[in-house]
Amino acid sequence: MRRQLPLAICFVMGVSMVVQFFIPHRVSQEFYRTILDWYRIVFAFSLVLGTGTLIKVHWAKISKKSKGWQYSIITIGGLVFMLAVGFITGIQEGTLFMKIFEYVEVPLEATMFSLLAFYIASAAYRAFRARTVEATLLLIAAVVLMLGRIPFGYYLWHKIPGIAEWILTNPNMAAKRGIVIGVGLGMISTALKIILGIERSYIGGGK
Amino acid sequence: MNLSPDPWVWLAALLTLCIYSFLYKDNPFYKAAEHLFVGLSAGYFLVIYWYNAVYPDMVVPLFKQGKLLCIIPGLLGLFFFFRFIPKVGWVSRWSIAFYIGVGAGMSIPATMQMRILEQMKGTMQPFFSLETWHVFVENPSLASFGALIGIPLMIVGVMCTLSYFFFSREHKGVLGGMSRIGIIFLMIGFGASFGYTVMARISLLIGRVQFLMSDWLGVID
Repeated sequence: MRRQLPLAICFVMGVSMVVQFFIPHRVSQEFYRTILDWYRIVFAFSLVLGTGTLIKVHWAKISKKSKGWQYSIITIGGLVFMLAVGFITGIQEGTLFMKIFEYVEVPLEATMFSLLAFYIASAAYRAFRARTVEATLLLIAAVVLMLGRIPFGYYLWHKIPGIAEWILTNPNMAAKRGIVIGVGLGMISTALKIILGIERSYIGGGK
Repeated sequence: MNLSPDPWVWLAALLTLCIYSFLYKDNPFYKAAEHLFVGLSAGYFLVIYWYNAVYPDMVVPLFKQGKLLCIIPGLLGLFFFFRFIPKVGWVSRWSIAFYIGVGAGMSIPATMQMRILEQMKGTMQPFFSLETWHVFVENPSLASFGALIGIPLMIVGVMCTLSYFFFSREHKGVLGGMSRIGIIFLMIGFGASFGYTVMARISLLIGRVQFLMSDWLGVID
């Protein structure tokens, strides 16, 4: 019951999702849609669990007055405020919820990612030192790609954008395809191992 | 200068500056903005999932249409919280098993289709194209030469990259040579990805600076 039933549930659900893919019947498609809805609902509950853990961690910091506990108040405050606003105003365009999303969350996220533009320069310095043939190839491909995406590259030599595009669609695509196929095979074998109960670490330890 | 009168724009601008203050050093303004982002994001996703998944797919069918079957995902979801009760913590495994099983089952055909068959289909082109050869002969240029060698290069590149990831045999002889060529393709691929990522980040940076200069300060159009 404690270990065998979860394995059985996983097996039955996994096999049925694979089998339904090959049955183009109305019942099969209805089954797929229902399970997909359930999947999203269960995922939503797991989000609640994750948020609960987030609150627990920050609440502990506040109650123990650990270093930087004041920031935990901002996290919990922001979370509670967003939840309250979302449930009161709804998520339609123009509501306070969407205003906060548009003018607080989106700028914060975009700015955080754009910060990487500065730090990526120092990373590039370390990665681009042309010590070996491989590192030189990496350097050339990256520089051509960067120059090909900006007007300055065109002014340097009008063929640079074309070369950048060619690198992107040929040697880069070849490497990406090799990686994608390899990753895909790995994903399928892992999924099979999970469904067949060979990989069962998700159950955790204990009885 | 034409400062924005919109308080929302001011809020967005100040938060943007708070994040950029990290370029000087880690400071309370950055930390506050960072923690605010974490809290708001968690709240945002919960609300979005409530309105887009839980409410229309569980609450409405269960309580307004009387579809009792919809209680199952609700129960499975609630079982997650049994983790907090040590005596019955094992019940949460049922929800995890459902989630993992469905995910694994769905991923097999989808991965096979998108990551393997589609990629193989894209690679399995005629090795030599007479059309691109004619174009090259009539108009020999860098572009036409690139198009001519594109397909053979793609096939060789995919084969060699795959052979680099083949660890069941020692990389010696033909396999060693192929995997060596595979490394060259991989390095070009990583370089291209790096360059692409840098440009994507810089374009985000341009977007933020544009927002500050145009929407907030109004110094540029």
